[in-house]
Amino acid sequence: MAKIVIDGVEYEVNPDNNLLQECLSQGLDLPYFCWHPSMGSVGACRQCAVKQYRDEDDKEGMLVMACMTPASDGAIISLEDEQAKSFRSDVIESLMISHPHDCPVCEEGGECHLQDMTQMSGHNYRRYDKKKRTHRNQYLGPFINHEMNRCITCYRCVRYYDDYAGGTDLSAQASHHHVYFGRHEEGVLESEFSGNLVEVCPTGVFTDKAFSQHYSRKWDLQTAPSVCVGCSVGCNTAPGERYGTLRRIVNRYNSEVNGYFLCDRGRFGFDYVNSRERLLEPVKRVDNTGELLADDEIKAVIKEFSREGTIGIGSPRASNESNFALKTMVGDENFFAGYSDSESESMAAVLTLASDKAFHSPSVRKIEEADAVLILGEDVTNVAPRIALALRQSVRNKAMDLASESRIPQWQDAAVRELAQHERSPLSILSPAVSRLDDIAADRVIESLPALVAMGHQIANKISGSAPAATSPEHDAVAEKIAAQLKGAKRPLIVAGSSNGSELIKAAANIARALHEDGEDAAIDLCLLVPEVNSIGMGLMAAEENSLGVALDKLSSGAAKRVIVLENDLYRRAAKSQVDSALDKAEKVLVLDQVTTATTAKADVILPVTAFSEHEATYINYEGRAQLSFQVHQCQKMAQPAWRWISDAAHIDDLVERCCSEAPGFAKLRDVLPGENPFIAGMKVPRQSHRYSGRTAMIANVNVHEPKQMEDKESIMSFSMEGISAQKDPSIMASPWAPKWNSNQSISKFQDEVNGELKQGHVGSLLFEKTASGSYFDVPAVAAQPSGKQLHLALSYQIFGSDELSARAEPIRERMTDAYVGICPEDAQSRGLAQGDVATITPTGAPVVVCIRTGVKPGTALLYCGDANISPAEFTGLLEIEKSAAQATSRGISSLIVSDFQEEEI
Amino acid sequence: MSQRVIASTAKKARKLSAEEIAEIEHEMTLYPDKKAVGLEALKIVQKSQGWVSDESLLGIAKYLDIPVADLEGVATFFNLVYREPVGKNVILFCDSVSCWIMGCESVKGHIKQQLDIDYGQTTEDGDFTLIPVPCLGDCDRAPVMMVGPDLHRNLTPEKIDSIISDYKNKQG
Ligand code: SF4
Ligand code: SF4
Ligand code: FES
Repeated sequence: MAKIVIDGVEYEVNPDNNLLQECLSQGLDLPYFCWHPSMGSVGACRQCAVKQYRDEDDKEGMLVMACMTPASDGAIISLEDEQAKSFRSDVIESLMISHPHDCPVCEEGGECHLQDMTQMSGHNYRRYDKKKRTHRNQYLGPFINHEMNRCITCYRCVRYYDDYAGGTDLSAQASHHHVYFGRHEEGVLESEFSGNLVEVCPTGVFTDKAFSQHYSRKWDLQTAPSVCVGCSVGCNTAPGERYGTLRRIVNRYNSEVNGYFLCDRGRFGFDYVNSRERLLEPVKRVDNTGELLADDEIKAVIKEFSREGTIGIGSPRASNESNFALKTMVGDENFFAGYSDSESESMAAVLTLASDKAFHSPSVRKIEEADAVLILGEDVTNVAPRIALALRQSVRNKAMDLASESRIPQWQDAAVRELAQHERSPLSILSPAVSRLDDIAADRVIESLPALVAMGHQIANKISGSAPAATSPEHDAVAEKIAAQLKGAKRPLIVAGSSNGSELIKAAANIARALHEDGEDAAIDLCLLVPEVNSIGMGLMAAEENSLGVALDKLSSGAAKRVIVLENDLYRRAAKSQVDSALDKAEKVLVLDQVTTATTAKADVILPVTAFSEHEATYINYEGRAQLSFQVHQCQKMAQPAWRWISDAAHIDDLVERCCSEAPGFAKLRDVLPGENPFIAGMKVPRQSHRYSGRTAMIANVNVHEPKQMEDKESIMSFSMEGISAQKDPSIMASPWAPKWNSNQSISKFQDEVNGELKQGHVGSLLFEKTASGSYFDVPAVAAQPSGKQLHLALSYQIFGSDELSARAEPIRERMTDAYVGICPEDAQSRGLAQGDVATITPTGAPVVVCIRTGVKPGTALLYCGDANISPAEFTGLLEIEKSAAQATSRGISSLIVSDFQEEEI
Repeated sequence: MSQRVIASTAKKARKLSAEEIAEIEHEMTLYPDKKAVGLEALKIVQKSQGWVSDESLLGIAKYLDIPVADLEGVATFFNLVYREPVGKNVILFCDSVSCWIMGCESVKGHIKQQLDIDYGQTTEDGDFTLIPVPCLGDCDRAPVMMVGPDLHRNLTPEKIDSIISDYKNKQG
């Protein structure tokens, strides 16, 4: 700790930080542009000038940039100094020479860092009355608008997009007053994290395009703290609603999970909530049409399904409460897993490992701290995107070490990058094809899945002789190198997942266990990815032997008569014939879901379920972190949370309590519920901002009488602008706001220090207890080898398309491809296949597009099932591809962004 | 095989010529990092092609395995890297302080009139392109300009006429 004096007041600060960061941590207001809490300082904008004095006798002082000056012990500075103030106001005046001042039509307006800083620095009268330079804007794809005239040249966009997120197609171009930030030509922004530009750019250059279609000011959006349901990371979000439709999603800071950033699936994948595919009324099938169910009929249905002979199939995309309610309704022994049998196997391994003392499941923030990483067979960018962004930061730890050695502070971003050049902490990727993280990989091995499993075991054995031995002779040298890197690391990390069966998970666990033995029993970071928002929650609830296959067999054989399917399309989980025979044989099928699916088409009764933004719920992420997601808005029609249809619980808190005491593994779930303190003087937390406009007039076109505000009897939040603002309690704060700070940068007012935890905040509750000491897994028997025309199969996933619900969102659809097989040029040639051809795959005969990629292992076929109704469960290990006469659709694979797409020779 | 996406575009890269490649390869021996060769490669291609087309830009990016957006950043930063076709002779006309004091305005007016082009334009016959530069470092003999590789000093409207016709004749 160091002591510094700011305008005569003494503060205790961390000398490893810079003055700007410390001023903000202390709650002071100091304008800035180019600095960003996650990206450090470059001193480009000159907005953060303060006066620094040599000592107490120095009355003159000199101007320094706060973001470029360390907060060293004894520093004396002034923010209020007249010269510093006028410097700051002059700087902003010159930055804004060509700014169009089009706030009324700018979508940033009202949450604009430039507006805030302009006000704060006192440049409130425009003197420049000459011509402004103007730019031509670019088409940047379905996610982002471009309005370059608003740019103030702070360089944050390229520093985020290129340096932080590893993008390659956005650059700073030209020079002096026509510096331009864009692509080399119009086109879709390639990065999977492009949406963060909206929040990183302090002006309205990059704005949310989907939001533009139905725009509302920030203060007119009703919002609540929510959790992304796009994958198992569980990033924290703040969705905004107006006039009954969900308008946009922005990031919500959680220091342990997503920090400041989301992926584009999470940000742009929500508008199925507003779509026509939504189920909004309870219906029964009568002669193949749906007929509205009356209340007493619903009661009768529930009664019928409560009888002996009913089984329930849970859902990895439904909340803990809904899964638990179903489990309670049908009984433990009749509650079955709602994912594929292969995933059941993987999940069994994941859950066993979760309680093992040898391992630690790292949060996203902890992943950033790893100094040697091995990714075994998982395509992280497409399965758990936010984690890929964190891995990009982990490889910079080497640079940070080098900087410390050279006594360069870590926040000196440009200096640290310059010093390190291409030096990175080792990241090794073992996978069946190239990936989007290859550019930061020290080693990359492309192999068939069985060979990757063998290689994983080989690495484990090289780290510790007590791990079972396996050989893969061609890769002995790399295996040796990777083993040494992991052994030598302070914080090694192994990443694997359930995308391609449990053997890779087991091999990864053996590597981590070997490190654990080698490393004097410290718990080793083992990050196991699962596909869906609540895969873990449902996995904990379903007994291991109650797999989906068993449930379907029970129905087909008549052992079970009725089935309740919770928020699930079984056709994505099991072979079509298997699901068909089960549902055809069942006497009655009750499906609860949000949208129409192949499974709802088979239902006798459908009960409509609210979407993630329409109910309060808890989910458990990949690391066992339980998080609470509040209701943002009401469903306008008759959909309800699934648990409400099937249980008599009055309140989600009741279910959480029961779940805590009855379901093993959930004991700490109640920790995520808000305590009593938000109810100050009996008042709730408003979902609407204090500036929410038009409340009395919003529905005047329908009725001029002002209706009573909708009451929320259950939640601590209200559908109103009255109450005790969430700003008093960041644990239930969706969108930060502080006096003078209307943009998302106001978050620093709520962190205990910059980049720290939220004051009184809640990062979720970790459910897994470390109770077991396991042992090594055996090396599996040699997998079946391809014969004849067969190829090894590796399931492949896409950030835009593999998640069932976001794949129905319009902006995401624009980025999706058809189902495809990815094969190398030799395998394509020997089958007479050309780029873009249509082929059929055995055993299903489903048509897929041929995608020839030079970075796929020869002898392996990647299969991306997309939204084409191909169930991955149809396939085991091997695949055959036959040329088909069919024509490719117009969508095809043209929007696929991979580095190894085979092109014609130049 | 590249480890990153170099460019997603419908345009096709131009295959660099053997001579261009030889020169670029030589530059690569002088720098520790391929990215650093970008500017030299642009100059090499401009020397052989007269300017840097989108196709050439792509060709260089692919050859050096650097993102085309980064290379475009370099290309557009320097105003002497031409991203549009230029005439056979590029006139770099200084209109900075010393030349201005010495009356470059009237010289410039004369050039514009004679060639019927303004800054940034090329004559219809493709012979000349006129571009302003801030200072050619020869202020004591202002006004000055360069035509192609040659420096011309102490300019007057009369001198301009003979310079223009010289270059026209040179080309035959
Ligand atoms: S586009 Fe935005 S982030 Fe990029 S330099 Fe301009 S103002 Fe800064
Ligand atoms: S990484 Fe997953 S949880 Fe996070 S924003 Fe993306 S889809 Fe949502
Ligand atoms: S924020 Fe300090 S110079 Fe830009």
